[in-house]
Amino acid sequence: MIRLERIHLLSRADKLQPLRNFVRELASKQGCCDENLDCMVMAINEACMNVIQHAYDGRDDGEIIVEFWKDNSELLVRIYDFADKVDLQTIKSRDLNEVRPGGLGVHIIHQVMDSVEYKNQAECSGNVLEMRKQLNKPVKCNITTSDKI
Amino acid sequence: MKYPVTQHQNYAVIQLSGEIDLSESPNARKQILNQLKAKSNLLVDLSAVEYIDSSGVASLVEGFQTARAEQLEFALVGVSVSAMQVLQLARLDSVFTIFESLDDVK
Repeated sequence: MIRLERIHLLSRADKLQPLRNFVRELASKQGCCDENLDCMVMAINEACMNVIQHAYDGRDDGEIIVEFWKDNSELLVRIYDFADKVDLQTIKSRDLNEVRPGGLGVHIIHQVMDSVEYKNQAECSGNVLEMRKQLNKPVKCNITTSDKI
Repeated sequence: MKYPVTQHQNYAVIQLSGEIDLSESPNARKQILNQLKAKSNLLVDLSAVEYIDSSGVASLVEGFQTARAEQLEFALVGVSVSAMQVLQLARLDSVFTIFESLDDVK
């Protein structure tokens, strides 16, 4: 497994657009197909947004680290925060039959990525989200037609 | 950013554009709700939206719910491909009234 990049950002909403641009460029350079590239951008944006809003509770000075690894034909992304440890049991998708604003991020992440795993950091405070996505094979990317959902 | 608002039949049409993410969605939400406060039926034109995340979608849902509570009409028009992808993932494509273009609004 090869580490491609490791970037640091503050827990601020205005950092998300540059992050998305960075992810697009990196995944594209790795030969990622357009469909999976959109999935990765969407998932990484939603994950970092959750860190900003929930883990750091809107604080704008929190640190987020995003690591990108290439594992054969997969891109592995790890997102680290250094906020209080989150109770992993509380991280779940909400019932989509209930139409209300908010709470969609976890659902979207699970829909577009091949695997998703939340962990608490072992050595210090904070949490890690590990996500994997095939670079080219559209194993699971439910964003083309609604009947796939 | 102030989004342009035009009139079409008995609807105000607000044209969102660009990337509606966590930094922009509070502004989009405020402008959508302001139109509804003025008791106006509302079309939200998404044809120029290049990216929308779940916070932007939440602003649309809040507009939808506010309109329903006020017995106003609320619909989306010209939903861009990227915006439709997110609506489908959230299973909201069947919740919102969606028009392909203003010509389809009756």
